[in-house]
Amino acid sequence: MNKHEAPISLASLHTSTRHDSGPKHVTGTAEYIDDMIEPAGTMHAYLALSTRAHAEIVAIDYAAVRSAPGVIGVLTAEDIPGENDVSPSHKHDEPIFAIGKVHFWGQPLFAVIAETRDLARRAAHLAKVEYRDLPYATDIRAAQAAGGQLVTEPLKLERGDIEAGLSAAPRRVKGSFEIGGQDHFYLEGQISMAVPGEDEDVTIFASTQHPSEVQLMVAAVLGIRQHAVTINVRRMGGGFGGKETQGNLFAAVAALAAKKWNRTCKIRPDRDDDMTATGKRHDFVVDYDVGYDDTGKIHAVDAVYAARAGFSSDLSGPVTDRALFHADNAYWYPAVRVRSEPLYTNTVSNTAFRGFGGPQGMLAAERWIEDIAYALGKDPLEIRKANFYGTHTDNVTPYHQTVEDNIVHRVVDELEASSDYQARRAAIIKYNAGSPILKKGIALTPVKFGISFTATWYNQAGALVHVYKDGSIHLSHGGTEMGQGLHIKVAQVLADAFGVGLDSVKIMATSTGKVPNTSATAASSGSDLNGMAAWDAAEQIKTRLLAHAARLYNADAGDCHWVQGGMQVGRKFVPFAELVASAYLNRVQLSAAGFYETPKIHWDRATGRGRPFYYFAYGASASEVTIDTLTGEYVVDRVDILHDVGKSLNPAIDIGQIEGGFIQGMGWLTTEELVWDDKGQLRTKAPSTYKIPLASDVPPIFNVKLAEWSINAEPTIGRSKAVGEPPLMLAMSVVEALSMAVASVADYRVAPRLDTPVTPERVLMGCERMKGARG
Amino acid sequence: MTEVSGAIRFILNDEEISLSDVKPDATLLDWLRLERRLRGSKEGCAEGDCGACTVLVGRLMGDEIIYDSVTACIRFVGSLHGTHVVTVEHLRGKEGHLHPVQQAMVDEHGSQCGFCTPGFVMSLYGLWMRDPDPSQAAIEKALQGNLCRCTGYAPIIRAGKAMSSYGRPEGDPLWAERIALKGKIKAINDGKRVEIGEGAARIIVPASLDDFAAVYEAHPDATIVNGSTDVGLWVTKFMRAIGPVIFIGHLQELKRIAENDSEVRIYAGVSYSEALPVIAATFPDMAELWNRIAGEQIRNMGTIGGNIANGSPIGDTPPPFIVLGAKLHLRRGEHRREIKLEDYFLAYGKQDRQPGEFVESVTIPLLPAGEKFACYKISKRREEDISALCGAFRVFVSDAGMVGMARIAFGGMAATPKRAKAVEAALVGKAWTIETVEAAMAAFAEDYQPISDMRASAEYRLLTAQNLLRRFFLETTGQGQRLKREVA
Repeated sequence: MNKHEAPISLASLHTSTRHDSGPKHVTGTAEYIDDMIEPAGTMHAYLALSTRAHAEIVAIDYAAVRSAPGVIGVLTAEDIPGENDVSPSHKHDEPIFAIGKVHFWGQPLFAVIAETRDLARRAAHLAKVEYRDLPYATDIRAAQAAGGQLVTEPLKLERGDIEAGLSAAPRRVKGSFEIGGQDHFYLEGQISMAVPGEDEDVTIFASTQHPSEVQLMVAAVLGIRQHAVTINVRRMGGGFGGKETQGNLFAAVAALAAKKWNRTCKIRPDRDDDMTATGKRHDFVVDYDVGYDDTGKIHAVDAVYAARAGFSSDLSGPVTDRALFHADNAYWYPAVRVRSEPLYTNTVSNTAFRGFGGPQGMLAAERWIEDIAYALGKDPLEIRKANFYGTHTDNVTPYHQTVEDNIVHRVVDELEASSDYQARRAAIIKYNAGSPILKKGIALTPVKFGISFTATWYNQAGALVHVYKDGSIHLSHGGTEMGQGLHIKVAQVLADAFGVGLDSVKIMATSTGKVPNTSATAASSGSDLNGMAAWDAAEQIKTRLLAHAARLYNADAGDCHWVQGGMQVGRKFVPFAELVASAYLNRVQLSAAGFYETPKIHWDRATGRGRPFYYFAYGASASEVTIDTLTGEYVVDRVDILHDVGKSLNPAIDIGQIEGGFIQGMGWLTTEELVWDDKGQLRTKAPSTYKIPLASDVPPIFNVKLAEWSINAEPTIGRSKAVGEPPLMLAMSVVEALSMAVASVADYRVAPRLDTPVTPERVLMGCERMKGARG
Repeated sequence: MTEVSGAIRFILNDEEISLSDVKPDATLLDWLRLERRLRGSKEGCAEGDCGACTVLVGRLMGDEIIYDSVTACIRFVGSLHGTHVVTVEHLRGKEGHLHPVQQAMVDEHGSQCGFCTPGFVMSLYGLWMRDPDPSQAAIEKALQGNLCRCTGYAPIIRAGKAMSSYGRPEGDPLWAERIALKGKIKAINDGKRVEIGEGAARIIVPASLDDFAAVYEAHPDATIVNGSTDVGLWVTKFMRAIGPVIFIGHLQELKRIAENDSEVRIYAGVSYSEALPVIAATFPDMAELWNRIAGEQIRNMGTIGGNIANGSPIGDTPPPFIVLGAKLHLRRGEHRREIKLEDYFLAYGKQDRQPGEFVESVTIPLLPAGEKFACYKISKRREEDISALCGAFRVFVSDAGMVGMARIAFGGMAATPKRAKAVEAALVGKAWTIETVEAAMAAFAEDYQPISDMRASAEYRLLTAQNLLRRFFLETTGQGQRLKREVA
């Protein structure tokens, strides 16, 4: 077995073990940062936010703030000993506190430090800020009209002769597609608590997906070295990408105050301020020109993906890159040219969100599939199938990676059969003919999602495993737990590797002091990377223990075998705890740092060529909806899903990711609408105005299955596949089903071209357009 | 002379609490988390919409303790006098094991990040106690005020279906202890007025309805807090000072519903949940709307009186009540007056209510036989959402097919809940036909010039209002089709 070949074996792996924190969650004893007992003298910080979309700051008068009850002080840019910057792209374009100018409504100006959070929050509103307004552009079209300033370098992917492909195609379709953004709406908002230590030390409890980056940022802000900063993360109350970079600023403010006053400082914004001041999923406008033929086969795709990046680069470069990487979804384009436009706008800087641009890229692909289908009078599923990547030919992506593990045909065929798609579609067409007001639609869409960070160096991970003298095991790895079940999966890997029960493995809070230089828990990579690193650590200890057993029992190494519960040495069974105890007495090291780097991947952004993805995850969903053509309201009646997670490490956890990802994706595409007013202020900034799905939005029939036959073609941990992000995109079928229902108003002759989110208003206006088209 | 005591007294889990130093705007959630260090209840939104802070509040109704799920983030401590507050820390199963509801959640993988979980557990616990074998529809309804961002709800619904297989309410400590609890709660409800603090820090919990009328007349500057579903946000979102405050949510006399052959009278303290059975029986066409107002916790807290009294342009009860010809009963001290509900709403933020005067009740005449009535709520998300628009329709069509009377009112279309008098005029005296309806639809633009905001555009509001008239016509003539979500 080579180093990367994990076992498919023992007891713990591939079982539906429950989330390790489940009993603590349900009793309210799982500790989040705001639940921790604060050290005596803990201060509270609150941010003051700008109330202009773009303006020069003429003056700020803090007098009323400083004299407010309970105020300890005001923290401004002048109090920052190091850099006033938390830009994760290291472009130095994201100040903690605005200096000279504000670039969006809600940009932090300063922080109030007070004895209680309530007093800090009240005082934060008391500053008198004088602005001189500047022109602003808050959305994509306005930004393009204002000159199209970009926050980072755009990307172009190109393969084949696009001009020839387009001009030779028998048919052409051009269009423009608006895809809305999305707020993460993690239930636990942003929060950090910083505890000052001796010398330059500071320890921060942060709700972050990326402890190592918080460490780096805080060190730079304080002007100290990274070894003085320790970041601890026990768990997050949800992340979804919203805590990949967006926690940096809060941790930095807490750390600044903690060091300045030498007291612990906690910062937690109100939900409204959290939603106003932190980044979201990018909204996109995709302008496309597609050439195809009478059979529905695509000949060429030329498209520009313009995104609202916000005022700074943040992760907009890699997010828009990933949109282009998924411009193909599961479809082969003989000739293709796709370009990104990460636009500067006077809005909060948009950031990572489950799928990371991929969903927007794929949604646009489904849009032109649909355009083609309605133009040809065919079922969109027929067009989809006609354009799937081949398994041996027609299998090169726009970024010149060959798709080697294509299983989309089998996934789609099986779902088409199990969901009874064809019969239901026929029944729906019949129903619509006799139903004047209510109309139904059905759609089946595929997902192919590339797994690996496209920043190749992020594809590494570490773990630290200690075995104690009683055989109990201490597990630390670089990943963070945000609810996705990463910790239990890695614990399963470790228990499986040692052949011990899960109760022997204690999962530790993630700490930069335990595992250094980690990557964000993001890109669905958590269990792929950290599971392998933990396995590597276990293998090192096991190798030493095996050698020790051979010595101790005077046996050949070949006669020593790991079995469940311990080691078989010849005919003698040595329980794990006994083996470990004797190893200690014989001075065998019982601790190891494991490491993993993903093999095979490489990517050259300048040429747009490489193998950015180790493998692909696949899935498909079929959704059925009913719309009301008088009001635009609708119900998602039934959803069937077949999803590929390779050989599942934990089927229950994976099903949870699929159900949750689908519903989250459905929210993004249906009711979750972000609305900025004409002054650039976000108006949908709390659950009263921003509507994520409810229990009563879950489809009454919701069949979710794993493609149990699937095994990762690459030797990943347990031959599993990543599951965090791909299921979100299964929700695309809801959009297409709504589209079919709307199209029925004009006899399916015109593509409705519904922008997203497809709110009831958009459905109604779509029906009105269809009535117009019908004449 | 009303006797006065100086402490807010209630039971927290199994501990008797007496607080003589409470601020008018102190919320239950902050008190639990910061003062009592009970940190199982979480703050997710501080506006009563996410349910992460859900606790149960038990109160005496007749001789029983009724437990309602409520959102602690916008419930004031001063409103808890004479109640039993149950937090997630109080749930316990036999021999220290998990409670049946908790065990079901764990076994069904109902938590992921876990932050919303205590709130879901409390909502399911409240449901389990009153309906241990709930339908999926009942589970979904009980969870309408709880947001989960991780699971997609499916495993939580499965837990709701499974929870009774782990144990039934008869074995629950709250059931076993109810007699002792009742005694304690009765002892607190001693008929005394509670007064704490001075000036803007003053809290008054009146002893009775008459006491409230007298107190409010004497302190017309006070804020009346009933269910706190609106005033709660003044504090948590706008940091407004609300003191002095008079808490009235406990007044039994304001929880009355009186019915006779011609009308239903609902007193101002009746919550949406409490009104539902009567509304559903008396005005079945209003039941769907009723179940779509807010989430379960807010329906348990929010009152009909508050929905009317605060004069919101998007309140959901005024449009149907207006078309039914509701009368509003206002009271100041011992002086009472009655006005038509539609005359109460003068302008945005301005109502026909004098200093010291309060809404005591609303009388809704029954729908005369032969008349047609419907109401429709339109929102971006079907449940737990504020209306983009909410319309109510009523017509009388003669045997000859002529419209003898038409009343139409909308919320969300103007600065107040408002009649569509031009549309009504375009219908009255005409034959009740699609031609008449289509001709009348244009008149909506005379009645309403709606705004565009984050809930909907002006165009959508106007077009949908027109289409709802069409729907009303179709439904009254046997051609209706209405969207339904079919669950078991």
